[in-house]
Amino acid sequence: MNNIIVLPMIVPIITAILLVFLRDFIKLQRIISLMTMGFVIGVTALLLGLVQSGGIMKLDFSGWLPPYGILFVADSFALILVLTASIITAICLIYAFATIGERHERMFFYPFVLFLIAGVNGSFLTGDIFNLFVCFEVMLLASYVLVALGGEKVQLREALKYVLINVVASWMFLVALAFLYGTVKTLNMAHIAQRVAELGQDPILTTVSILFLIVFALKAGLLLFFWLPGSYSVPPTAVQALFAALLTKVGVYALFRTFTLMFPLNQEVTHLVIGIMAGLTIIAGCMGALAGKDVRTIATYNVIIAIGFILIGLATGTETGFAGSIYYLVHDMFAKALLFLLIGTMVYLTGEVIVKRMSGLIRNYPLFGWIYFIVMCALAGIPPLSGFIGKLLIGQGAIEGENFVLLALGFASSIIVLYSLLRILLASFFGETTISEDHQKPIPKLAMTAFSLLALCLIVLGVGAEAFAPFIEDAAKTLADPSIYIEAVLGNSE
Amino acid sequence: MESLMMILIGVLVAVATYLVLSRKILRVIIGTAVLSHAVHLLILTVGGLKKGDVPLLSQSDGPYTDALPQALILTAIVISFAVTAFVLVLAYRMYKTNDADDFSELGGSSDE
Repeated sequence: MNNIIVLPMIVPIITAILLVFLRDFIKLQRIISLMTMGFVIGVTALLLGLVQSGGIMKLDFSGWLPPYGILFVADSFALILVLTASIITAICLIYAFATIGERHERMFFYPFVLFLIAGVNGSFLTGDIFNLFVCFEVMLLASYVLVALGGEKVQLREALKYVLINVVASWMFLVALAFLYGTVKTLNMAHIAQRVAELGQDPILTTVSILFLIVFALKAGLLLFFWLPGSYSVPPTAVQALFAALLTKVGVYALFRTFTLMFPLNQEVTHLVIGIMAGLTIIAGCMGALAGKDVRTIATYNVIIAIGFILIGLATGTETGFAGSIYYLVHDMFAKALLFLLIGTMVYLTGEVIVKRMSGLIRNYPLFGWIYFIVMCALAGIPPLSGFIGKLLIGQGAIEGENFVLLALGFASSIIVLYSLLRILLASFFGETTISEDHQKPIPKLAMTAFSLLALCLIVLGVGAEAFAPFIEDAAKTLADPSIYIEAVLGNSE
Repeated sequence: MESLMMILIGVLVAVATYLVLSRKILRVIIGTAVLSHAVHLLILTVGGLKKGDVPLLSQSDGPYTDALPQALILTAIVISFAVTAFVLVLAYRMYKTNDADDFSELGGSSDE
């Protein structure tokens, strides 16, 4: 039964390889890719139920018992994120069916999306830090291709920068891994945690942990986000939404794993640094969002603000803070996917990117306008939508951990988020319409379905927060008390 | 031996840093390739250079050399090979479309 843990990673890879051979059968490619994601969602939901009743599951590849072999570990935190990522990928695929265009579809768009989600799911599930590096690379290689696919001047230019920055970041990941291996002589994350606890977190290990912090901060866009606005605004809309929802969040996940499981001991150094970085990220993100004139810039800086906000929960180091971060992480993945899809569609409908040059969209497309209103309220944290409960819990965690500066910054950022998005609403949706009914481009039905599904997810996540609470609490408990994770992974081998 | 290796790694990293900081795209790519060689040597060195026999049970009674660093390096080499190949093709395509092989020409303009 444990074997099904590997399915969320292996099934997309196998079907992606299969799809390469079906290049000319676009309809078939669409059906197979959507079915694959449906299958992954089903398996992950099943796993989440099993973990809830039977505790953390693990799969030792080839029967090599930990700490010797590579393994996959399925705990609630990882599975919640796998489930969210898979649902978002499925919805983005639906949007892509209507908008991406045949040129992309023939150039292996669907296989690369599947490779991307395989890397993302693998990163969430793996219990071995070197395997995490490999899954990161699978995900990144697919993302390099997706940024460049289409071959426009801007795309190629930004893709090259994006690739080179990530190559250097991956290099630093390897350096950190080498020093970690040299110090603790193991790569299994639970075993590292055990060894670090035995040795005590001496200055060398703290330095190694700071190296990991720099690497994951680069991937997550925590303070080191200089590459993000450029590379996130050039690819097609469906790809933008996938990137905004998934890629930075994998970095956030890695930060959580590293600093709750492996290096939790020297909090006065590491968590202080994370807190400072989170605060600066929020401030810088707010400045970018306020200064932005075009819709894409405003949306990308909103991603950055959210990253800072989620990491407040980690910086507080309390169980309530962790629970809040998980809630907010899931909410933000849905909300950012929807925001980027909407923004991309606005650009497609009007042919403009500057906020002030669009006007009166809600008259031409009422439902579209109302969905934008929902995502704006959700991102600002207005109850009963999904952002509220996460913000509340992170706030509580910050009070418990006495991080009042971060608390103030976090809640002040909500107002800036609301303001930056409200500006788009007032300028672009309200007012006199600039598009006459004859020239009105229709929004494809499938795209509208994708928006509605994501908006529905936001509402369900907010209204039904009580139903999801047991899963989130379980995930937060494992993060706050790493011995549960260590026991589950290493228990059998003793 | 370890000290010699560390000096070699230091030299490689210095050379690679110089190359990565230059403006020509090709030099930057070569720089990243040299960087990856440096980190492979680093993994080999921190794992402990040859201390014992081959890690095969039938061949000797030990002490054995740690075989894991080799496995890690092999994986890392494959990945860096793939990424370097991809980035070379990307740079070539970019040169063809944007007619630029120099990072100072890639700033982009504010009206895009």
